[in-house]
Amino acid sequence: MVLVLALGDLHVPHRAADLPPKFKSMLVPGKIQHIICTGNLCIKEIHDYLKTICPDLHIVRGEFDEDARYPENKTLTIGQFKLGLCHGHQVIPWGDLDSLAMLQRQLDVDILVTGHTHQFTAYKHEGGVVINPGSATGAYSSINQDVNPSFVLMDIDGLRVVVYVYELIDGEVKVDKIDFKKTSTSNSAP
Amino acid sequence: MIADGAEDEEKWLAAGAAAFKQNAFYMQRAIDSNNLKDALKYSAQMLGELRTSKLSPHKYYDLYMRAFDELRKLEIFFMEETRRGCSVIELYELVQHAGNILPRLYLLCTAGSVYIKTKEAPAKDILKDLVEMCRGIQHPLRGLFLRSYLAQVSRDKLPDIGSEYEGDADTVTDAVEFVLLNFTEMNKLWVRMQHQVSHDLCCIACESLPFDDPELRLAVGLSGLQGPAREKERRERERSELRDLVGKNLHVLSQLEGVDLDMYRDTVLPRVLEQIVNCRDEIAQIYLVDCIIQVFPDEYHLQTLDVLLGACPQLQPSIDIMTVLSRLMERLSSYAALNVEVLPYFLQVEAFSKLNNAIGKVIEAQEDMPILSAVTLYSSLLKFTLHVHPDRLDYADQVLGSCIKQLSGKGKIDDSRATKEIVTLLSAPLEKYNDVVTALKLTNYPLVMEYLDNETKRIMATVIIRSIMKNNTLIATAEKVEALLELIGGLINDPDESQGVEVDEDDFEEGQNSVARLIHMLYNDDPEEMFKIISILKNHFLTGGPKRLKFTVPPLVVSALKLIRRLPVEGDNPFGKEASVSATKIFQFLNQAIKLGQIPLVLNQLCYSLRFLSLSVGAFCLLQIIEALPNVPSPDLAFRLYLQCAEAANKCDEEPIAYEFFTQAYILYEEEISDSKAQVTALQLIIGTLQRMHVFGVENRDTLTHKAMGYSSKLLKKPDQCRAVYGCSHLFWLEDHEAIQDGERVLLCLKRALKIANSAQQMISTAQGSSTVSVTLFIEMLNKYLYFYEKGIPQITVESVESLIKLIKNEEPMASDPSAESFFASTLRFMEFQKQKGGAIGDRYEEIKV
Repeated sequence: MVLVLALGDLHVPHRAADLPPKFKSMLVPGKIQHIICTGNLCIKEIHDYLKTICPDLHIVRGEFDEDARYPENKTLTIGQFKLGLCHGHQVIPWGDLDSLAMLQRQLDVDILVTGHTHQFTAYKHEGGVVINPGSATGAYSSINQDVNPSFVLMDIDGLRVVVYVYELIDGEVKVDKIDFKKTSTSNSAP
Repeated sequence: MIADGAEDEEKWLAAGAAAFKQNAFYMQRAIDSNNLKDALKYSAQMLGELRTSKLSPHKYYDLYMRAFDELRKLEIFFMEETRRGCSVIELYELVQHAGNILPRLYLLCTAGSVYIKTKEAPAKDILKDLVEMCRGIQHPLRGLFLRSYLAQVSRDKLPDIGSEYEGDADTVTDAVEFVLLNFTEMNKLWVRMQHQVSHDLCCIACESLPFDDPELRLAVGLSGLQGPAREKERRERERSELRDLVGKNLHVLSQLEGVDLDMYRDTVLPRVLEQIVNCRDEIAQIYLVDCIIQVFPDEYHLQTLDVLLGACPQLQPSIDIMTVLSRLMERLSSYAALNVEVLPYFLQVEAFSKLNNAIGKVIEAQEDMPILSAVTLYSSLLKFTLHVHPDRLDYADQVLGSCIKQLSGKGKIDDSRATKEIVTLLSAPLEKYNDVVTALKLTNYPLVMEYLDNETKRIMATVIIRSIMKNNTLIATAEKVEALLELIGGLINDPDESQGVEVDEDDFEEGQNSVARLIHMLYNDDPEEMFKIISILKNHFLTGGPKRLKFTVPPLVVSALKLIRRLPVEGDNPFGKEASVSATKIFQFLNQAIKLGQIPLVLNQLCYSLRFLSLSVGAFCLLQIIEALPNVPSPDLAFRLYLQCAEAANKCDEEPIAYEFFTQAYILYEEEISDSKAQVTALQLIIGTLQRMHVFGVENRDTLTHKAMGYSSKLLKKPDQCRAVYGCSHLFWLEDHEAIQDGERVLLCLKRALKIANSAQQMISTAQGSSTVSVTLFIEMLNKYLYFYEKGIPQITVESVESLIKLIKNEEPMASDPSAESFFASTLRFMEFQKQKGGAIGDRYEEIKV
């Protein structure tokens, strides 16, 4: 069992002061094995903070990140799953599932994680999953009116991944869960 | 020479110890054989060793301890003797036959102790006799130890209430009188040590002695230890080693059952203070006042605050009264913290005003008191009042006011320790109330900050912001925001004079980022008030210079965009067009703000003039008035903000404004964004934003899309060109906007992108490089064709899809590139998947022959 934290679009300090304290108290070091971050952190303090939760940190570059070392997209393999990571402003129309699916095919991944819209979504798509963890700080977005802070925790176990979504609604953390099973054949075709 | 001194002393101690041991041995033998006469003789000889003047207090103490042990044995022997029939009165006479006075008095004390135990005379009479007799020794060191012995043996024999030696009605007074007398005499001896001609030992190695007192150690370290100064320090150090002998008496007093509050207030405290004040000795005063504070109960202090504080200004002007008072206040605050029920007493005795007055007087009395001490005193007083009277904000403000009085006329503080203390002082209310809004009510608070140097102001500003962040304090009114900005001026403005060192780049960034975070805490639900807040922020940031704008403008813009979202669209504005806050007005404001971020501007007149113009004209006029200046700190950021604003204007159906923002973004793209990688991202943002705009009429839309297409085909690298151009295809087909569904132009875009992909391939093959990039481009193109084919755009034909698949299959090097291969494989799988879906989509995919 591997726990992967997916989050992004924090936009500190441009659009938000910090992560909600309730999230901070949940994200304690030592429990999470990997962090994948969809970008727009935007300052080093946030990068350092994420490092304290888990040193295995994968970040792609959002359009407000000044750190040029972050790549545009990234793939990594965790257990039996291949994950793709991209901020999402590169994929036009923004947040469009069919266009994201093209990126998923291009990266050839089971799980594609993107951000940019500040809206949590998770779709099962062509035998894969497309996830957007939303904005961890609930940052302002011109795409979405009402942004609630949210992040995603993926519990990867063998061919199964359980996606937990944590969303802060009116000061309360709501948890949702999506189950996804990979059919072992789905990605092995030539 | 120092070494010699130490060695000599060792020698003397050794010689004394040897003679002592011998006599102790004979004494013991006499005791064993019940020979009182010999026991007295040898004990007197043994005690004679204590007459030495050659030992330092430290070594003398060693010898004294040995004597003490031996005297215990002798006392037991005396006790046995009385049981065997020897009259204690006789014994008391007998011991006085000793030849030398010092041994005689030690023996007398020992016999006296036995005398009291037998209860053949009242304890008070014997004690009185002993304490008077001890006057016979006036040598400070010997006298101190003798009296110390007396205190030790009498401790459990005082006629205290409840004690077995309790006497008549005034018994407690007798006990107290005895201890007070002994204390007074001991203190006199102790003080006299300071002025005594050095004992025969001229030098003692400082290193050989333990330094208990850190201040003393410091003093020794600083002095260089030369001549008389060194002599003085040595003496002071020696005295410090002996202070507990004197202090012990106060401890005994505090332990007496009979010393109740009345006794303490009427007798003990006045008498002790009298001695302390009159001795005029710094070391004694500082130690003993502290001793009083530490050994007697808090409750007593509270009730006798007048007396205790009244004595303070009478102490020697050079003593460190600050530490003493600070500790008193500390004790009282923790007393109040632990016992809530005593709070009424604090009010009843007016503890705060008494302390405040006392501090004022002390500072007045000590003219050259360093600023550090004064600030520390007020810092302690502030902590005291915050703990004891958290509801009395006026007290806290009063303390700050008094502090200012001390600071005024002295300019900026240049003592770094004093500065630190002021930071502590100013942080105290923040820590206590966890709410900066409360601190903002303290009118003297900003005035104290005036006395800080720029660096410290900056630190203080950071402390304030951190407190706000930690406690999630919302600052909700324009007035408070204004006050807060004054307080954190250290981070918002450049120093007026170029004093001090340049701020470190990282520190600067950290500071500005914290200001940026702070902006999110300044919020009011009422749009009118919120707009005021934003305007105040803008005015302050304007004065902060261009370096800071890069950090402060983005959150300000976001704050304004959030406000716009809460406003009704202009047409529905219930207040009509004259309403003071409208989306238009904010957009105008934003335009300025971003330009500020990009180019510092003269813009204050705008907000006012625009209220009276109609919307669209307003936005245009705005641009006419704006007077651009050079200097561009962050065009990338400004570019992004313009697009954000354009999208917000789109939501508000403000076409001209949206168009204006777009134009501004385009200008920046053309003029300022030159790095090819930055251009790719910028163009993605342009196309992505433009794709979402529905506010534009045909004409504006055409102009903007046309330009975006132009930028796309001018990118540096072919693959980037290709991707940007096929991205543009989405500008002509909006799923939910029938007005924007132009299949012809979608096809045109895709064809142009394909052409670029082709030329990219040719370029690469002529360079004989790998053409995998272009294969990938072709597969991307295929996916785009499929995307629009699936949407049912008639111009995207099944033939065009098929020919693209054929083209990709014919590409040789694909096998050599696994990523292109898997991309193609998953695309084919996707097509199969869609075919299986059935329905209209399935039918369309059914038509494609792979």
